[in-house]
Amino acid sequence: MFELLGIPPQALFGQLLLGLINGSFYALLSLGLAVIFGMLNIINFAHGAQYMMGAFTAFFLLQFGIGYWPALIIAPIIVGITGIVIERLFLQRLYQLDHLYGLLLTFGLALIIQGLFRHQYGSSGLPYSMPAQLSGGHNLGFMFLPNYRGWVVVLSLIVCFGTWFVIEKTKLGAYLRAATENPTLVRAFGINVPRMITLTYGFGVGLAALAGVMAAPIYAVNPLMGADLIIVVFAVVVIGGMGSIMGAIVTGFGLGVIEGLTKVFFPEASNTVIFVIMAIVLLLRPAGLFGRAN
Amino acid sequence: MSVMLDRAAPLLAVEKLEAWYGESHILHGATFDVREGEVVTLLGRNGAGKTTTLKSVMGIVGKRSGSVAFGGQELIRMSSNDIARLGVAFCPEERGIFASLDVEENLLLPPVVRAGGLPLDRIFDLFPNLKERLGSSQGTKLSGGEQQMLAIARILRTGARLLLLDEPTEGLAPVIIQQIGKTIRALKEQGFTILLVEQNFRFASTVADRYYVMEHGRIIDRFANSELDANLDKLHDYLGV
Repeated sequence: MFELLGIPPQALFGQLLLGLINGSFYALLSLGLAVIFGMLNIINFAHGAQYMMGAFTAFFLLQFGIGYWPALIIAPIIVGITGIVIERLFLQRLYQLDHLYGLLLTFGLALIIQGLFRHQYGSSGLPYSMPAQLSGGHNLGFMFLPNYRGWVVVLSLIVCFGTWFVIEKTKLGAYLRAATENPTLVRAFGINVPRMITLTYGFGVGLAALAGVMAAPIYAVNPLMGADLIIVVFAVVVIGGMGSIMGAIVTGFGLGVIEGLTKVFFPEASNTVIFVIMAIVLLLRPAGLFGRAN
Repeated sequence: MSVMLDRAAPLLAVEKLEAWYGESHILHGATFDVREGEVVTLLGRNGAGKTTTLKSVMGIVGKRSGSVAFGGQELIRMSSNDIARLGVAFCPEERGIFASLDVEENLLLPPVVRAGGLPLDRIFDLFPNLKERLGSSQGTKLSGGEQQMLAIARILRTGARLLLLDEPTEGLAPVIIQQIGKTIRALKEQGFTILLVEQNFRFASTVADRYYVMEHGRIIDRFANSELDANLDKLHDYLGV
């Protein structure tokens, strides 16, 4: 058995995998935040609560006999629709105002949503079992790979790069990019920009809910599961650059891995390493690694 | 002007148009019309309300009242995306080329709203430079003249019948201004109706059929291109040139 810098390879690769899993969630969540911020100019602090709602929706669906696979599609749609309602009722009134108002409103919504779920379901967490097809795992020789975790990484990569492709390479994406720059002019070309904004918010919220469904079999379904995660995800977004799609994806996965490696080499810093990186990036490149200063 | 022409229903009829930006009241009852196939120019000093007039027709000012009828249809309460779908297209003064889109994406961005738009090869006949620049990465890396051509070119594909052009010659070299003038005359021959805002009435006189002069958000005078020479002194007064 070989060792690397005195670390057994199982521990190293195990943490690397754990980092990739966390990175998958960071990437999906920060991608949703980036899409929403780019189009709506809203810092969506309710994102963590919407991630939690995705997990809970999967849990509720299971009570009706609807399992994991359909839930992957249905839960993001249901939670996305609640996002559309929030956008129509509240957010659309804030676009002309400072970012701070959107942040405060969505922060308040997050507290209300989390409070309601905690009142109803407590904070101990509800179990959600792994789909049978993905239980077990493979021994890769140097490490044991649980099938479900491999699936999370692959699905997250597919969804992230699919979203990137749509935004950067398709006609719909061209409308979105153009409307981010100059919504008035895009609307004067005959595009219903307000509807596009509403659907974009619904999509971003749906991404959060998808991450929630994917998380349900790994972490317990818990009203506060998003509150813990969202702080790290905001650090990821700041490091990547607010509103940058590729920045959100690369930084999400990259910081997950860095966090995992820190657990191996300097465990004491593993909870703070992302925030240290955030501080350094803010000092050297305030617009973020992939962000454009304006 | 013949009685026949006056009686023909205008494609665009604007009556007592008022418009506001927030608290500031910019248009105070502007009334004018544009007939099918005409090039009509709005002249006036900076701040007279020319750009606001175009934006009010397009439906992109905060608040407006009065009447804007296009092909007999009232636009005053319509959103700008619905107005565009009827066949009105706007080319803004700042050109509005998108930095996050490449040249081809910029050109193809406005959706086709009705049949009868120019096919791409006709557009490239009008703007040969654009064809060479199609591979360029970023729309905003083009020169000012090329950006202006791109801004006009992209609204020719859509089938819009009425083009609202806001100072298409501003800040451009004389040779480019000539090319824009040639383009506007070609578009007129193809049957486009054009409402043009210009500071440069020497340029306008090479393309326009009629003029309206604006001041303080109102139309204060009007004449045909054939009456331009007779009105030169007045015009110098109006424009302060």
